[in-house]
Amino acid sequence: MLETKELKDITTQVRRDILRMVHKVNSGHPGGSLGCAEFFVTLYHNFLHRNDAFDMDGKGEDLFFLSNGHISPVYYSVLARTGHFPVEELNTFRLIDSRLQGHPTTHEGLPGVRIASGSLGQGMSVALGAALSKKLNNDERLVFSLHGDGELQEGQNWEAIMYASGNNVDNIIATIDLNEQQIDGSTDDVLPMGDVAAKFEAFGWDVIEIANGNDIDAINDGLSTAISRTGKGKPVCVLLRTVMGNGVDFMMHTHAWHGKAPNDEQLAIGLEQNPETIGDY
Amino acid sequence: MKTYTNTGSKDTRSGFGAGLTELGKQNNNVVALCADLTGSLKMDEFKANHPERFFQVGIAEANMMGIAAGLTIGGKIPFTGTFANFSTGRVYDQIRQSIAYSGKNVKICASHAGVTLGEDGATHQILEDLGLMKMLPGMTVINTCDFNQTKAATIAIAEHEGPVYLRFGRPKVPNFTSDSEPFVIGKALHLTVGTDVTIVATGHLVWEALEAAKALEEQGVSAEVINIHTIKPLDDEAILNSVKKTGCIVTAEEHNFLGGLGESVARVLTLHHPTPQEFVATNDTFGESGTPAQLMAKYGLNSEAIAKAATKVIARK
Repeated sequence: MLETKELKDITTQVRRDILRMVHKVNSGHPGGSLGCAEFFVTLYHNFLHRNDAFDMDGKGEDLFFLSNGHISPVYYSVLARTGHFPVEELNTFRLIDSRLQGHPTTHEGLPGVRIASGSLGQGMSVALGAALSKKLNNDERLVFSLHGDGELQEGQNWEAIMYASGNNVDNIIATIDLNEQQIDGSTDDVLPMGDVAAKFEAFGWDVIEIANGNDIDAINDGLSTAISRTGKGKPVCVLLRTVMGNGVDFMMHTHAWHGKAPNDEQLAIGLEQNPETIGDY
Repeated sequence: MKTYTNTGSKDTRSGFGAGLTELGKQNNNVVALCADLTGSLKMDEFKANHPERFFQVGIAEANMMGIAAGLTIGGKIPFTGTFANFSTGRVYDQIRQSIAYSGKNVKICASHAGVTLGEDGATHQILEDLGLMKMLPGMTVINTCDFNQTKAATIAIAEHEGPVYLRFGRPKVPNFTSDSEPFVIGKALHLTVGTDVTIVATGHLVWEALEAAKALEEQGVSAEVINIHTIKPLDDEAILNSVKKTGCIVTAEEHNFLGGLGESVARVLTLHHPTPQEFVATNDTFGESGTPAQLMAKYGLNSEAIAKAATKVIARK
């Protein structure tokens, strides 16, 4: 387990990576990426049991699936900074011939990625399948997944949510990034989500809420609790309340930076707010 | 001309069920998923033999495709089972992203394809599925013709690494291929040798093509019938070698002429050996309720339609 200070430093560096990646190609999704930086860093450093060499089947390892694939910048940054591939490769994000496609894919063989995502609402089903595969293999490691809150508007999620509890898939921890924003505005404006916790509970899930999903200690506690609740007959849902654009003041609390890159001046401000820690790529 | 005997009509979906049962015993990694159509897909025996490897997902095909993709991670070989319409059109994006683009080893097994589904009507009679599936990069597309071939194909695709679409049907149809015929993906079967016209058929229309060849023989026309069970990858060589001899071709399939076997054949001919071709297929239309035989007659998918197309294409040589 890394200490909070170390995780904070890594997160700050990940924020720099995200900003620089999307700025370079003037495209990509910084808002949700920044909002989930603490979660990714904490999950990958403190919780995911995995082998150094990437293997698609991941037997004996914890698995992670990103369903809301548009937040690929944070995913790529954390994969690179946990040794899945050289950090210099972050320079190729969204460029021709890159393994770092706009949305994550297995197609180019990028270590760390086990499914393509981008078309929303598919990741929970895939994570469930991987969890069922682990049960068949008597593999006691867990399957983690991350989903956007707006993404829950896709009906396939509810098929999966119903299946998981109905079949006691209790080796899965699905985290929902509750930032209450989506492309066209707040989730309340676009299609009100109602009480997400009550919905998951009504579908038979064990729900844990992390009230401040940008606080590393809170994430550590929440994920520890979530792991302790697995294996008890119910799928586990973590509701992670985050601030979109977290850590870059002018990007926070708005959907405006969902899929927009900063210009030169904005990049400079963002980087100034997040000074280099473990080294730029 | 070589003749074929119907050893007893059976539904092709039962061939799938029999193949899956055998696979279940042979290979512990084979798992099966079904969306509330276990009986229709003839998956009951697999379910009874291996309850731990059978996943009833309910009426939720999108979730089924995603779960199947996930099950491959850890080495499982998932076979999904539902009607062709719900195996393709309903879940196209799930197949595209989570299975095809992700390169997952999922076998999409689809029954009740085409108009021979019968009385349920057009909502269930998909005539576009071959086109949808063959357009996906990396997808193998197979349409089997009888019980024995469907059983053999089901077993064979488990050995193939990569996504496969296996299409079969509902009605009892003549069972005429040998139960010892090995199923080789991508390899056409020469059923009769002929010199005047090539008839390339897939699925339920293969028996109809053989019947057409008999009728043509009585008129003094020698037809070479080729069974293309694998629409992708297509056996270009078998088609080209035959048309170089006969000089014309009829393609026959229970599918829209747009996007089906006929168009795949036309592409090969255009590139390598331009040849007159006639299409026995549905003419950009939906189906309707009726018995399979009535529908095949009405939509021009039977032996009479094939013989007529052969006469027409010979005249175009």
